[in-house]
Amino acid sequence: MSSTQWAAKLTLPVSEDRDHIQGAAEAPATLLEYGDYECPFCGAAYPIVKEVQSRLGDRLRFVFRNFPITTSHPHAELAAEAAEAADAQRKFWEMHDLLYESQQHLEAADLHRYAEQLGLDVGRFDNELARHVHAERVREDFMSGVRSGVNGTPTFYLNGVRHDGDYELETLLAALDHSGV
Amino acid sequence: MPNTTVEHRAGPLEIGTKAPEFALLSTPDQTVSLADFRGRPTILAFYPEDWSPVCSDQLALYQELLPEFQRFDAELLGISVDGIWSHLAFARDRNLHFPLLSDFEPKGEVARTYGVYRDGAGTSERALYVIDGDEVVRWSYVSPVGVNPGADGILRALEGLGAESGS
Repeated sequence: MSSTQWAAKLTLPVSEDRDHIQGAAEAPATLLEYGDYECPFCGAAYPIVKEVQSRLGDRLRFVFRNFPITTSHPHAELAAEAAEAADAQRKFWEMHDLLYESQQHLEAADLHRYAEQLGLDVGRFDNELARHVHAERVREDFMSGVRSGVNGTPTFYLNGVRHDGDYELETLLAALDHSGV
Repeated sequence: MPNTTVEHRAGPLEIGTKAPEFALLSTPDQTVSLADFRGRPTILAFYPEDWSPVCSDQLALYQELLPEFQRFDAELLGISVDGIWSHLAFARDRNLHFPLLSDFEPKGEVARTYGVYRDGAGTSERALYVIDGDEVVRWSYVSPVGVNPGADGILRALEGLGAESGS
């Protein structure tokens, strides 16, 4: 094919230590998303990913990495940092879900409210956001995406190879099926 | 590094050729020319049209990556056949802070010179060039018009320049 030989592969391998993962390490398929919490297309993909997860159960491992495009989405960076701050208190996925379910409300005050709602240590959460403690991690995710050929959000990788089709439920299921799940 | 140029109708300039000079408006009273950046790498991002969804995403990504390009002292220039007032409105609306050059009159002349004009469509290809400080074409890539090429190829090309000048 005419595409660049490096464009389609994940350059930073999935790491159980580093990454946000749902599902078992030994699952035959890994679906990885580079996403932006303020991006409407990611919002549209969110329930589809949930459905794929529910259909495939323990045959699927899902990984999420941050790819905030702040030029288009001014709230996306702080929202990504909020998810990482929640992760520091072992509530990444709870915050991730809340953010995608509340995409229209991603102001600092909203993030604070979500932290309260999840029972986080809000003082610590606010402090980490104010000091941008997690900005470096978010940038690391972002650059790993750029170097893996992410060109917009959401971008999905199936077992480390970029999925270039759409992300309708049937398409994703077929692609996963094709990958041998 | 592999040459990643893809085949297409006109075909982009060969790697190693001298990059053609140009001077285009970036604002109603400012002209940007390739010679302005002599001694530094220049990234040319030809794109079909302001406002189209893929162009907007692509340029937003590049805006996000300006600090990375600056690490290589590289200048990014967007180029399309749109008029200057469209460029200004587009840049303001999309929060873009790099020059968008207007290849408007004669229409598409610079795109033609670089081998990336699409006659039937009346716009340029979605094409990328990395030009070194000596104004030599060091990398190019033509993406299918509807596909955002991302930025990895640009970064690899810039890294390639650095590796060679340091050796």
